[in-house]
Formats: sequence, structure tokens, C-alpha cells
Amino acid sequence: MVDSAVLHASVSELHGMLTQRQISSEELTQAFLERIDLLNGKLNAVVTVCAEQALNDARRADKRLSRGKATMLTGIPLLHKDIFCTQGIRTTCGSRMLEQFIPAYDATVVAKLKAAGVVMLGKCNMDEFAMGSSNETSFFGTVKNPWDTQCVPGGSSGGSAAALAAGMATLVTGTDTGGSIRQPASLCGITGLKPTYGRVSRLGIIAFASSLDQAGPMARSAADCAHMLTAMSGLDAGDSTSADLAVPDFFSELSGDVAGLRIGLPREYFNDDLDSSVRAQVMSALSQLEKAGAQLIDIDLPHSHYAIATYYVLAPAEASANLARYDGVRFGYRCADPADLEDLYLRSRSEGFGEEVQRRILVGTYALSAGFYDAYFNKAQQVRRVITDDFRKAFQSVDVIAGPSAPGIAFRFGAKQQDPIAMYMEDIYTLAVNLAGLPGLSAPAGLINGMPVGLQLIGKPFEESTILNAAHRLQLDTDWHLARPPIEEWQP
Amino acid sequence: MTWETMMGLEVHLQLATESKIFSGSSTQFGAPPNVQADAVDLGMPGMLPVLNEEAVRFAVKFGLGIGARIGRRSIFDRKNYFYPDLPKGYQISQFFSPIVCEGVFEVPMEDGSLLPIRITRAHLEEDAGKSVHDIFNQESGIDLNRAGTPLLEIVTEPDFRSAEQAVAYLKALHSLVTYLGISDGNMAEGSMRCDINISLRRTGSDVLGTRTEIKNVNSFRFVERAIHSEVERQSDILDSGGSITQETRLYDAERDETRSMRSKEVANDYRYFPEPDLLPIEIDEAYIDAVRASLPELPAAKRTRFVSEYELSDYDAALLVPDHATAAFFEEVVSLGGAAKPAANWILGDLSGALNRADLTIESSPVSAEALAGLIGRIEDGTLSSKLAKQVFDGLWQGEGATDEIIAKRGLKQVSDTGALAQLVDDVIAANPDQVAQYLAADEAKQKKLSGFFVGQIMKASQGQANPKLLNELLIKKLNDQS
Repeated sequence: MVDSAVLHASVSELHGMLTQRQISSEELTQAFLERIDLLNGKLNAVVTVCAEQALNDARRADKRLSRGKATMLTGIPLLHKDIFCTQGIRTTCGSRMLEQFIPAYDATVVAKLKAAGVVMLGKCNMDEFAMGSSNETSFFGTVKNPWDTQCVPGGSSGGSAAALAAGMATLVTGTDTGGSIRQPASLCGITGLKPTYGRVSRLGIIAFASSLDQAGPMARSAADCAHMLTAMSGLDAGDSTSADLAVPDFFSELSGDVAGLRIGLPREYFNDDLDSSVRAQVMSALSQLEKAGAQLIDIDLPHSHYAIATYYVLAPAEASANLARYDGVRFGYRCADPADLEDLYLRSRSEGFGEEVQRRILVGTYALSAGFYDAYFNKAQQVRRVITDDFRKAFQSVDVIAGPSAPGIAFRFGAKQQDPIAMYMEDIYTLAVNLAGLPGLSAPAGLINGMPVGLQLIGKPFEESTILNAAHRLQLDTDWHLARPPIEEWQP
Repeated sequence: MTWETMMGLEVHLQLATESKIFSGSSTQFGAPPNVQADAVDLGMPGMLPVLNEEAVRFAVKFGLGIGARIGRRSIFDRKNYFYPDLPKGYQISQFFSPIVCEGVFEVPMEDGSLLPIRITRAHLEEDAGKSVHDIFNQESGIDLNRAGTPLLEIVTEPDFRSAEQAVAYLKALHSLVTYLGISDGNMAEGSMRCDINISLRRTGSDVLGTRTEIKNVNSFRFVERAIHSEVERQSDILDSGGSITQETRLYDAERDETRSMRSKEVANDYRYFPEPDLLPIEIDEAYIDAVRASLPELPAAKRTRFVSEYELSDYDAALLVPDHATAAFFEEVVSLGGAAKPAANWILGDLSGALNRADLTIESSPVSAEALAGLIGRIEDGTLSSKLAKQVFDGLWQGEGATDEIIAKRGLKQVSDTGALAQLVDDVIAANPDQVAQYLAADEAKQKKLSGFFVGQIMKASQGQANPKLLNELLIKKLNDQS
């Protein structure tokens, strides 16, 4: 019988146990599969479990471990967000459209993590096509927040965040187009990083908004994220927008030293609109870093308030084209008995896509239409450059920019579902980072009424190490990241 | 009322790259359906385009070939529309910033003049697949082999006034792109497809009329006929006081008419926007210089050189140059010792006639450049008359060996032996005393005419092998000796 502590152990701890043969990857994998089996009925965080394949992978990892050829991630159990294509394994993107879709290829991220030796347990639920901030848009049902199952886990990587918080995997992957890693990480009390645009290949990740999408690690600590990011990153000839830059060993860059680190606090984030309890937790985390030697400096990001409007023109515009391929012709959902071609298109897309996806396709189509292009798409592109420029200027005087990850703690199901704008406000602190292509992470900053809240740290382009190191310092000095949801108190 | 025809052409040129513009699939024509389509070509979820740099190089070659400005930073855009053979629901094209910008292409006309045609732009894009409606009962099939084949869309200003000019442009374009090696230009296989924009305006007016677009015309001949029939249709409408509807039309070759395909008023709004999956194409001076250095001699330069170097007429040069292989064959014949003018005559005359009849290209000619050079040599040195040479050519075509072998085998040597010729002349004079008397009585002009009778008789007696020049000299001398 495996000690349940391993379900919440870090990569380093598990790596030690695996290499010292205190536990086998197969036993570890079995423990996580049982955990998923136990909790998923309640949380609905996982849409596909690959038990047989996971155990095979684990046995292969054990052989590698016994030969002394293990890497840090060999034999570590992981769940992928169901937006990453997995060869031979159903990849739904949370949509009826792809309910039966089985890719013939692995996403580059999947292949790289596989090569690093991880054991894939299955695929995580998510907002449909990554469009949502609460995991309420999934065709496969809502995901429950393990801290309070009446509440949402955030989105769109809500299945990943909930699964990790509940101890269903050691590592999970996410993607972040406007906050989809950081906001659910904040709401579920875990650490999640959106890398610089171009750091991680997008090949094989089902596209939402191509100029904003970026995959990243979600884990229990900055250190675990660092291990994962090293394995995920790098130039990919198959993604023209991936960066031709050397990938550091992000873990070895975690010195824990933040002396002299200049942390900028945008006045536009810490204004009167910010919930006071969120402000208190974020400031408490920042004062920890100050105690460790960092400097807190007030800065301005004067065009921050345009981020939501800009994002909700550009992302839907790109999505309207990216989702045009789901037409019922070659793959994916096809309506029954189409009368003609137009009927095939209309009904396949109306029946295959959910409401939020359809809303964004319509908004995006409108923004690109003749006569509206200049007023919407073109203007938004210009504002995007202005927002990017705000960050560039701010980074001339600071090394890191800090703020909240989300405006509040996890909210109840249905609270914002009828009000798309209120839902879009969930990403008010994260969207600009995607527009500017910068790295950003969310790290736990304590609890409000028993619910987690996150600190967001934003870095200069390709300086993921700097924000990971600041989060690492925080996690050396506090135990917020070790807090666990009250799952053991649940009645069976 | 007289009307002036205003036309602009859009040519979709398939670039002859080995693989597709955004995927590694082969571009070869004629494979079984869908075997040359990978996950990228199928628009599968998560797949991304990666630009084939060869397509960029080909486009730059074309731009330099017509002296156009090269876009230093060109950008791909998505052109959005739904169609079953368009897998992604958008075509990756270039709308805002094309790779080839404005230029002027000088088209050689049959009368030797050059017609300047303004090129508006040429941009890179991917081809769509094909819908197949005639194989399955009640159902359509999709073949995506062609999807993602690189295209260069070449757009002109409305500079054409006649079908003849349009066809001359297309032929010159075909010649240029085959010289550049960027396309096979095969219209029948769809490597070069032509859209024609046509409008009429009152002669003398500077206001353009409403235009129609004839889509996808796939041969030079059909281009000519489509233009004639559409111009006639439009002028009939305008003459009777009607107006032209802006629309897309198709040319039906069997009925020799154009018919409406779809109206532009309800046409798609393509919602172009920059393709976020691809980086802009940045082209610097060094790259352009390197491509320029790799350009072969182009048709215009070759025509000029053929006239100056080989002293050919403009007319001959204009006929030899357009087909790259024909020009090369000519130069090979000359380099092997064949005189230039006869070489041109043989290639443009007997050889091309024979090739046409046999439906062969010059690359697969049974008569090699070496053989033709040998034949010309034997004409030049007086061994063969032009009449005999035709028989030798026939022997060469049939594969009977080299010129000298055929001359020997068929016994075709020209009789230039003065003694033998003198005997023939004497025999004919002796056999025709009446004609000799007539000849001697005639004035000089008439004598010239009458001498033809004797030449004919002697040629007949020599079975065509008498050297005509020697024969003439001897005949005149001997006839005058009779007086």
C-alpha cells in the first residue's frame, strides 16, 4: 500500500524515491489511477483515463530507472489538458465537435514530455476550445473546484488545475490564451506558468487564438514547474513562431536569491477596483519577497484598461478562422442527414459547438467583416502594440511586474454564466500579458475564506527564470503552496 | 456605337517545387486521390503551416524576371471562406503585402513590336483541393492532393485591348516561367490558369465600364475564343441599351459561350487578416542579388542576342526563342558547325513540322542536333541540293544513320562532275533541236524562261542529282555555242 503523501509529493521527492527504489513508477501510477477513480466522479476533472497505457509507460520508466538512465521526470505521472493532441488517444478539446476525434499524431509538448519519461495518466477536462474562465462551457460537464465543489475551478485549464490540487497527478499541462493557466491556478491554489510566446511549440495544440496561445506547466511549486518547462521548451521546426533560443535548465536557475530584485506594482492593478481581501493577500506575498531583499516599486501601465476590449476583438477574430475547419466534412461532428452543403455546415457547426464558442466565432467574424476591419481588428492590433510598449517601458525600471492573478476567489457555478462580460472580467489581470507575449505565472498567496488566491508575477520576454525564482523564494519562505483542499473530509 | 475592350488578366501559376508550400507532401500531378495529403494539408486540429523557402525563391525569380519591385517584407493573410475542398476553411494567401510588387512586362507581338503590360502584383498562396462530382452516385468526393500546392497569382492592370494581346501575353509569360524553371506552365494540367476581367467602354471615353470575370480558362485557344464571345455578348447588350451585370462567368468551350457562375453582389466577404501562424517574409538585398545571379538568360535577351550573334531576322529569333528547348537545340546545332540561318530554317520548317505531325517535343526529336548539323554541312559544301537534303532529312528521321551514310545508302550525291554533266547537257540539246532553235531566236528575257525546259530535262535524266548551279552555267554556255 502506497502512502497517500506521494500523491502530493514534489518532483524532486518522487525522483529521489524512484531512483532509490523506495517506490516504482508502476506503484506510483497505480496510486494516481486509484485516486482519479476515487475522486473523478465528484470533480469531473478528467475526461479520458489511459490506465493500461499509463501502466505500460510506468513499467518502461521502471526499466529506465533500473538501468540508471532516468531523467528528473522519468516515471512521474502527468495529466494533459485535452487540447494537446495525443496519438491514438481521443482528444476532445472539451467539445462535442471532437467527441470522437482520435489524432494520428502527438503534439510536440506531448512528444517532448514523453521523451523525458513522464507517464501520461489521461486527459483533463477544459472549457470548450479553451473558451471560458470557469470550466462551465465544456461539453463534458463542469469541473468542480476541490476546495469547494459548489465553486468553479477557473478556466480554461480548470480540469488540469482541479486534478492537480486534488492529487490526481504530480504534474499537469495547461494552455493560456488570456489567462487560462494562471486564473485556474489561482482559484485552485497551485503554481502555473504561461511561458513567453514562442518558448513552447504550439504544434499539435488545438488552436484557439494563434498569436496568443501558449502552453505551460502547472504543478505544486515553482520548482516543479521549472522541471517541466525545461522539458517542454525549445525551437520546433514545425512551428514557425517557436523561438530559436537556447533553453536553460530552469530548475538549476532557481537560486532563491531575490536581493535587489525590482518588482513593479502597476497602479492600474492596485486601484480601487481591486477587492480588498485579494489586495491584502497579494501584498502579504509581496512583503515576503521584500523581506527577502526585493524592492517594491510603483509603476504605470497606462493602457491596461484597453486589454479586455483588445483581447476580445483579436482572440475571437483568430478563433473564427481557426475553428472554420470544423465543418463536418473531413473529421469531427457531422449532423445527421444533411439536406445539402449549406445544411451540413449550418447544423454540424450549430450542433457541434456550444454557446460560448458560437458567440466568439460570431464576434470574430463580425470584427473581420468588410467595413468593420479597420474599426475593430486593425484598431485592436494597434492598441496591442501600445499595450506591449507599456510593458517594454515599465521593464526599463523593474525586473518583474506583480499583481493579482484574478479579481477574486473561486465563484459559484452559474454566478457569471449569464453575463459574458462579468466572466471576461475574470481575466482582467492576465490578458495583457498574452497580448504582449510575456511570461507570467500564478503562485499561491494564501487563502481567503478557505479558498486560494494567487499572486501573478510577469517577466521580461524569455526571462521565465526570473519569475520562477521569485516564486521559488516565496515558496521557500511560506507554505501557501503546500495547502491542500479538504478532500479527506468528504463523505464517501 | 464603337466600343473599346479593356481587359486585365489574373494568372494562377503552379510553382514547380518538389513539396507543397506549407507541408512536406509531394506536389506531383496525377497520383491517386488523397495520397499526397498529410495532416497539414487536411487541416487537422493543431497542425501548423511551415513555409517552403523554395516557393519564396521562385516568386523572387519571377519578380526579378519581369523587373518588378520585390516586397522586402511580405505577409501571409488568411482568406476565409467555406468550401469542402478548402480544408482549413481559409486559404493562406497574401492580400495586404505581396511578395512581388509593381512591374512592367514587355510582351513581344507578332509584328516584332513590344507591348508593355503593367503587372500590378504577384503573390504567393496555396492551391485548394478538388471536388469530384462524377464518381460517386449522389455524393461528392474530395481530393486534397492539390491542396497546398504553391501558386503565384500574377495580376495585371487592365492593359489589354484585344484577344491577340492577351494570348501574346500568356505565351510570353509561359515562355518566361519555363525559362526561369519555376513552373512547367502546363495549362492542360492546370499549372497555369487564367481569369480574364473584361469591360467595354465607349471609344475615346476614359470611364471604365462594368466588368465581368471569366474564371479558369485553361488553353491559349480558349482564352482567345472566350474573349471574343464575351466581348460580343457585352457589346450586344450595350448596343441595345442594356447594362452589364458585374459577375463571374465560366467559358463553355463546347457551346463557345460564357455563362453566369455567380453574382459578385452576393459574393463572399473574405475577411482577410494576417496569418498568425507564419512570420513575415523578410527579403534583403543580398538575397535578391543571389537570386538575380542565378537567373538564366531570359527570352528578351536571347532574342536580341540571336539577331546580333547569329544574324537571324527578328522574325526567326521570335519563333526560336519562346520555347527554351528549341532555342537550346538551335544553339547546339550551330555549335556543332551548322550554319545559323539554315539551322533556323530547318528547325522552324521541316523539323517542327515533323515533330508536330508525330506529336513529339524537340527534346525527344529523332533527328539530333548533331545529325541536323551534319545535314546542313553537306548542303553548304555543295554535296546536297535542297531537294536531296529533304530526302536525307527523311532518312535521318527514319533512323537510317548519319547524313553521309544516308547519302551513300540512298545514292543521293549531287552530280558536280563537269564531264558527266556536260554529257547530260549535250544529250538533251541533241534530242531537242526545235527547242534549241526557239531558244536561239528569242530575246534575253524569253531565253531565261526557255532554259527552264532544258534544266528540267537534264534534272530528270540525272534523277535529280545534278548540281543546279554547275548545270546552269554549262547549259547556257552550250546553248550559246549552238548559234
